[in-house]
Amino acid sequence: MTDRHREIYRDEAYEILAELESSLLTLEKAPDDAETVDRVFRAMHTIKGSGAMFGFDDIASFTHEVETVFDMVRRGELAVTGELIDLTLKARDRIKAMLDGDADSDSDRENAAAIIASLRALTPGGSRKAPAGVSAAPAPGRDPSRQPGGDDAARTYRIRFRPPKDIFLRGANPLALLNELRGMGECTVVAETDAIPLLGELNPEHCYAYWDLLLNTRRKSDAVKDVFIFVEDDSELSIDVVDYGDASVDEYKNLGDILLERGDISLDGLRKVLARQKRLGEMLVEAGLVPENKVRTALLEQQHVKERREKREAAETSGSVRVGSAKLDLLVNLVGELVTVQARFSQMAERKNDAEMIAFAEEVERLTWELRDNAMSIRMLPIGTTFSRFKRLVRDLSAELGKDIELSTEGAETEIDKTVIDKLFDPLVHLIRNSIDHGIEMPEVREARGKPRRGTVHLSATHAGANVLIRVRDDGAGLDREAIGGKAIARGLVAPGAELTDKEIAELIVLPGFSTATTVTNLSGRGVGMDVVKRGLEALRGSLEIDSRAGEGTTVTVRLPLTLAIIDGLLMAVGNGFFVLPLSAVEECIELSRADVARSHGRNIAELRGHAVPYIRLRERFAVGGEPPDIEQIVIADVTGERVGFVVDRVVGELQTVIKSLGRVYRDVDGVSGSTILGDGTVALILDATRIVRGAELHERASFR
Amino acid sequence: MPVEGGDGLMGRQILIVDDSASIRQMVTFTLTGAGYDVIEAMDGRDALEKLSGAPDVAMIVTDLSMPNLDGIGLIRAVREGSSHRFIPIVMLTTESLESKKQEGKAAGATGWIVKPFRPDQLVAVVKKVLG
Repeated sequence: MTDRHREIYRDEAYEILAELESSLLTLEKAPDDAETVDRVFRAMHTIKGSGAMFGFDDIASFTHEVETVFDMVRRGELAVTGELIDLTLKARDRIKAMLDGDADSDSDRENAAAIIASLRALTPGGSRKAPAGVSAAPAPGRDPSRQPGGDDAARTYRIRFRPPKDIFLRGANPLALLNELRGMGECTVVAETDAIPLLGELNPEHCYAYWDLLLNTRRKSDAVKDVFIFVEDDSELSIDVVDYGDASVDEYKNLGDILLERGDISLDGLRKVLARQKRLGEMLVEAGLVPENKVRTALLEQQHVKERREKREAAETSGSVRVGSAKLDLLVNLVGELVTVQARFSQMAERKNDAEMIAFAEEVERLTWELRDNAMSIRMLPIGTTFSRFKRLVRDLSAELGKDIELSTEGAETEIDKTVIDKLFDPLVHLIRNSIDHGIEMPEVREARGKPRRGTVHLSATHAGANVLIRVRDDGAGLDREAIGGKAIARGLVAPGAELTDKEIAELIVLPGFSTATTVTNLSGRGVGMDVVKRGLEALRGSLEIDSRAGEGTTVTVRLPLTLAIIDGLLMAVGNGFFVLPLSAVEECIELSRADVARSHGRNIAELRGHAVPYIRLRERFAVGGEPPDIEQIVIADVTGERVGFVVDRVVGELQTVIKSLGRVYRDVDGVSGSTILGDGTVALILDATRIVRGAELHERASFR
Repeated sequence: MPVEGGDGLMGRQILIVDDSASIRQMVTFTLTGAGYDVIEAMDGRDALEKLSGAPDVAMIVTDLSMPNLDGIGLIRAVREGSSHRFIPIVMLTTESLESKKQEGKAAGATGWIVKPFRPDQLVAVVKKVLG
């Protein structure tokens, strides 16, 4: 809690105490006035509640006693007497002294204890024990916000969740609860719909459905139960473990297996007889003993547990195989070629309009895509391996600087392409070093600012669509606005006296060669700064976002694609050439007519809902011959936070494609980051939007000089 | 930057109702920091007025003991109204008393947080009920 919050609390408490005094005096004259009693109670309530939140524990526990007494008055269990008013006024003065911060001596404490003792003596029970309250753990029993701790061996839980009919009117969303469970592990969900009445009798505000779930997770059963903490009292809820993750597999053979092993029967014969046998489920349903959906869910449960066991056994027996990454790269490359050939094949089948061939092509397509997904997934690794390397780094660096810093991590299991992980290490080291060196203050400084001596660097990874978000968060001082602003002025980047926003400050530090460290330490401040990190990430088709709050810390969010081998792109055509822009950057497409061009007087600026958006003509940029069509298309893209348009002849459509790097000869071509082969064999160039825009900016600046 | 999965949940509007300015400040500070939009109200009556002009409020965090209209009254009024009938309402309570919590639940509260709480506990509960 920052000092600012404590200050606000103190001001507020003084105000309440002043009011309290006059309320008490009123109450003395009119002891039966319920409204005044209520006001006194509320005053105590607020002082206590907020006090505990802002670290005034002594005030909170002291006030709690007074509040308890007034709660009894409020409920008519205790009468207002002159003595009570007297004691309460004394208590009020005590609270004020505590707020002033001069109530620390032993006599003060005795004084407080005496007031409490006298107050308790007033209550019917005499000096009963203090009820559990302020200092007790939040929430009796379990705590809704608790992050479940340690992991267990994976188990399978069977959960039946039947919310109360009026769950929507309590503002709760059963689907959110189901999603929370899904987030805990592998989960099979079956919605039971048999309680839904006919339309005429249905109340749309009621929830009639209930759910059967099977959840495989490492979390303890308490953690699973905590998901339902707000609804469990009113819901029908059962959580049972159906499979402990150990080897307690029932080992016995089926009759058929035994007969077969002994050679008493042939496999064919056995199968024929078995085919005639009715399933237990079918027989039960036919006999009217169980409804069909119950059988279905029971079978699902069986299936789920079976799959888990099989997986576990497979993992135990085969384990893993070490394969050189070069072999994997080759595999992915070949799969890429295959995808291309398959696309050509599909197009050809389509063109020939041969039903047999089309069916064949579809089969090949399905297999190819599955193969591709599989090949990609082999290269996915949990990012945790990288995380663990940082623990040591943080420990050593903080020791070197005399700081006390802890590294916490989250989402270590998040999977990401191995090539991305390898290239991510250096940028992440840099970000963490920055947090340690620039962000987190010396322990003494932290203490003086009311923060814990030990600083925290939090490293987390989560999936967001086709991207991975990696955050480095520290609870340090935030970006040093003055130093950054000063440096920017010294380097002539901003005008002296300019007011910079947080965003602008954040943008400054990623400029080339920008470093504010006053002394060059071993860690940072050698002029190789955030710009290198930014460029490193852009090479991975990633981006960087900085959020800093003065005095509270800095969060750097890195957004990266899951894999570098595949790109979701927008295919565009200019003349005979094809270009691909990463879809993640594309915002929208608008038309550009000749009239628009004429209106803008050659300034290459388009208007988009009242905003001016500069555009770049790919036809000019890549010197494509021929005449543009009457109506061209502008593809608006987000290029490192700025909107920029790319003018093309036409937009062909979305495509997911395997990236092929350009050969050695073309490696240094500016503005192109790779290529891909289209279904008909044509090569399309993948644009490096950032470099194209940067190039255009330089060109523009040069032409103004 | 295109908006994606997790991030899309951010920027939702939350109404915080408490007669204590310090609690309001602290909740606003915490939730704004977590990416939510926060509207403040001083008591139940103020909250109902603010709600009528704010159709986008996706959740309410309310204290129970307040002048004019208390938390229980506010919860009842919201559940009886039509505009925000189904939104999650979380009560802040110092009452370790089970009865107060039950009263709130009966009125239609979605969940509760017991004061004192840490900022991360608040964010965890908000994330939980907003889904």
